[in-house]
Amino acid sequence: MGLLSKKDAALIKDPLADNNPITIQVLGICSALAITAELEAAIVMSVSVLFVLGIGNVVISLMRNIIPSKIRIIVQLIVVAALVIIVDQVLKAFAYELSKTLSVFVGLIITNCIIMGRFEAFALGNGPWRSFLDGIGNSLGYGVILIIVAFFRELLGAGTLLGIKVLGDPIEKTGVYAFGYENNGFMLLAPMALIVVGIIIWIQRTRNTSLVEDH
Amino acid sequence: MSNRTESNVYTIIFAIAMVIVVGGLLAFTASALRPMIDNNERLEKQQNILYAMGVNDNDESSAVFVSTKEAPQLFEKYISKQLVIQGDNVSEDENAYLIDVKKEQASAKEGNERRLPLFVGEKDGKTFYIAPIRGKGLWDAIWAYIAMDKDMVVQGAYFDHKGETAGLGANIKQRFFMDDFIGENLMNNGEFKGITVAKGNNDPKNENKNDNKVDAIAGATITGDGVSAMLKSELKQYVPYFETLKNE
Repeated sequence: MGLLSKKDAALIKDPLADNNPITIQVLGICSALAITAELEAAIVMSVSVLFVLGIGNVVISLMRNIIPSKIRIIVQLIVVAALVIIVDQVLKAFAYELSKTLSVFVGLIITNCIIMGRFEAFALGNGPWRSFLDGIGNSLGYGVILIIVAFFRELLGAGTLLGIKVLGDPIEKTGVYAFGYENNGFMLLAPMALIVVGIIIWIQRTRNTSLVEDH
Repeated sequence: MSNRTESNVYTIIFAIAMVIVVGGLLAFTASALRPMIDNNERLEKQQNILYAMGVNDNDESSAVFVSTKEAPQLFEKYISKQLVIQGDNVSEDENAYLIDVKKEQASAKEGNERRLPLFVGEKDGKTFYIAPIRGKGLWDAIWAYIAMDKDMVVQGAYFDHKGETAGLGANIKQRFFMDDFIGENLMNNGEFKGITVAKGNNDPKNENKNDNKVDAIAGATITGDGVSAMLKSELKQYVPYFETLKNE
């Protein structure tokens, strides 16, 4: 017997492939544009979302029977905002260096539609354990796309990965730059993130045609 | 789901209870952690000021501060004077580094005379004048510590920001951008010009130090313009003080 039942395991696996939050559910697109210009930021954002969505989903799930449906969106927003702010304050007090890296993402996380989307679509109707798995699965699915997009944007746009010059120095003309290669600055601009996400969606739906919507 | 949670009375009571619980929780966290956060911010200011005058643990390519443990001693050692400039009045204040530039800017807008902090550092026989400045980037605040010599030639710079775009505007705190400022003259033929973050100044290696220009970051035009504007409007206010240094 595995650690998770088949149904529970699907909660983790599906968002990584055929029910990916970004490419299929179209959640969390804004942050996929905003912070994928470099790989490090994408990784930090993915880990933060993993943490917030995992815990947030559990909190909302525990509260699901007492939340008045008329104000449920506001309640969800308050829960996620409070959670993120408390974490931010604790980090500022005990891990100041880390908090400086993360504070940029606080606003992005609170307004990230993937969080509200999963609260609304899953946590409100399921128990805490399954909601937790759903949160982990979806943030992993989100993170995978973010990291793929950031990998190509940083590599082609700046010629670096995690800040390391993997293609050589563009000013000193070493590495591939010696052969006339140039960085494509266009990759660093937000529209290119959309195009990269589009290409991922295209590849994914070519491989699995059942994902293609009927019109 | 019962009808109980649908009634208006329940909804209102729930909303009130939620606000009280969450508000209380946040207020408690914030006030309980305040002393530690203040201390961290104080140390960061010391690290930033020291960084600007070249007291840092930089490795080949990345910016590294002196450790928080050493910061207070090194600050004591290298910063010989902390000045507060208010109009023609210059006074010493050993806590000038705690002056909140943002509050001073706001109070200047209301017509009060602004207090300008300036830190005087001594290292290897050279004197550094370090000014903390603050401005606007694309999304939020940006700020900097600029170390100058008595002729207003930049000797070191540290930039930071609250929420500029990662990979673009956020790169103002990278060495490749900050180091370009070293040696740049803020003056031009005796007149204050500032330093413009310029696109296409045909000087990517930044060899011309007297053009009042540094090379911009691609894709970060608005942040760069914010940096130029901040340097110009903020450092200009220090010019009268540097004029008095010449007469000494």
